[in-house]
Amino acid sequence: MIKDNYILAIETSCDETAAAIVRNGRELVANVVASQIESHKRFGGVVPEIASRHHIEQITITLEETLAQAGMQLDDMDAIAVTEGPGLVGALLVGVNTAKSLAFAKDKPLIGVHHIAGHIYANRLEKEFEFPLLSLVVSGGHTELILMKAHGSFEVIGETRDDAAGEAYDKVARTLKLPYPGGPHIDRLAQEGEETIDFPRAWLEDGSYDFSFSGLKSAVINKLHNAKQKGETLEEKNVAASFQASVVDVLSTKTYQAAKEHQVKQVIVAGGVAANQGLRKALKSKFDGEDIELLIPPLRLCTDNAAMIAAAGAVAYQQGHRAGWDLNADPSLSLERYAKRSLK
Amino acid sequence: MNVLAIDTSNQILGVSVMKDGEVAGELITNIKKNHSVRLMPAVDQLMKETAIAPSDLSKIIVAKGPGSYTGVRIGLTTAKSMGWALNIPVVGVSSLEVLAYQGMFFDGYICPFFDARRGLVYTGLYNQEMQLVKAETNLLMTDWLEELKASDKPVLFLSPDIESHQEAIEEMMEDKAVIPPKALHVPHPSALALAGQNKEAGPLHALVPNYLRLVEAEAKWLEQQGKK
Ligand SMILES: [Zn+2]
Repeated sequence: MIKDNYILAIETSCDETAAAIVRNGRELVANVVASQIESHKRFGGVVPEIASRHHIEQITITLEETLAQAGMQLDDMDAIAVTEGPGLVGALLVGVNTAKSLAFAKDKPLIGVHHIAGHIYANRLEKEFEFPLLSLVVSGGHTELILMKAHGSFEVIGETRDDAAGEAYDKVARTLKLPYPGGPHIDRLAQEGEETIDFPRAWLEDGSYDFSFSGLKSAVINKLHNAKQKGETLEEKNVAASFQASVVDVLSTKTYQAAKEHQVKQVIVAGGVAANQGLRKALKSKFDGEDIELLIPPLRLCTDNAAMIAAAGAVAYQQGHRAGWDLNADPSLSLERYAKRSLK
Repeated sequence: MNVLAIDTSNQILGVSVMKDGEVAGELITNIKKNHSVRLMPAVDQLMKETAIAPSDLSKIIVAKGPGSYTGVRIGLTTAKSMGWALNIPVVGVSSLEVLAYQGMFFDGYICPFFDARRGLVYTGLYNQEMQLVKAETNLLMTDWLEELKASDKPVLFLSPDIESHQEAIEEMMEDKAVIPPKALHVPHPSALALAGQNKEAGPLHALVPNYLRLVEAEAKWLEQQGKK
């Protein structure tokens, strides 16, 4: 019989202080997320220094709650995993130094995890992976198509050349004067509205799986600005619906094409924007009747959490990856660089 | 009683291990290098050399700022989470107090300070008994010197950033200012251990840096609220 393994993970890459425990890489034992959203709302976005200050206030409380939820001790853990990047450097540093301290104090292996690898692995808490698989990662900071041929191997086959999809959502929401964070508000409005405006779709060169959202973002802002100057009023819900239609069309079409070309068995949606109803619907209809399994994580696993870091950390742990005491936060850590290192 | 002391609040990285009130080991560097990369290897090395395992520790003492926000957080996060994992008390000591210990035998007032850019300093005033006689603050050096020049005793100035303020100090304080050679402006982690050994540890979760300054965005926001 193989002994169970328990990974305690920490995630502090942006504005959530999170800790979690996962058994055997697939079973969620405890999951705690302390959100700072209320604190950043008044600034209309995340203020990095404020995020870092909150992390240091919350970190040991979050850890204690996590162990209590699991009914376990730090000594019961097999390894400590932590998000080492990408993210806000000051925020990441709190998590990285905490993880190092726990591992050092208790003589446990230390494992660095890439944030996006975490988002992808959140799905493994629901369903075992079948390779090759394609993952569409969409969040405030990322829009990427990642091909995985095995555990721990990540190939970025498409990425945004300018803004991330989530960033475009935030900026459009701000122009529409919607409260922060704007993404869910646009999604809600879009459900009520209709696509009355034909906003551009950036398909880029033939065969490219890259994305671009800055043109769309400018088109929406210009449209609103021009209407205002002419004294016209645009229906907010129709602007939201038209904007979302453009984003979702590009995302779902490119995902579908890449999935077919690489003959994948599964398509995984990951990241905060995976919570978007419009995107969920579009992907479901694209893959309806196809021999490709579409996995979309439950909402609580879409946003930043540490369970996903534990799930990815468990694989890195079993593949023998260990970080040294000199582990640092890397705000621009690339997934491919991370993958190469974690396979050594 | 084995104590680990950590200071990464400014450019200096300092780690010290104390066994029953005696300094067993101390490690200091004064170079522009990343604290996050170097702190844990330094702690590991010093504890190995002094033959103390993490589970042998009875207390951790940490410099809690003021200083570089990131630097302060690296040391404090490390101390706080190590203390939490080992279930031992963690004491935070002001980084200014640690620096003031360099002037322990000075007959007068001791003024430790750190440069806070744009003419500002983090500072406070201590007496020979290491008691704070003027509260720690963040203000313009020129305003601070204006306050100090009426002092009834000489003032010893201590700072790793002494060079950029020396002229102003000498000009405004005249013969009341005492400035030692550069080598004596380095805060020692053994002094940190000394300063913290008899201090009461507060609740661990509540241990936070001594920033001495609001985040700029927050200060602006508060100002706007006041105008409303
Ligand atoms: Zn994320």
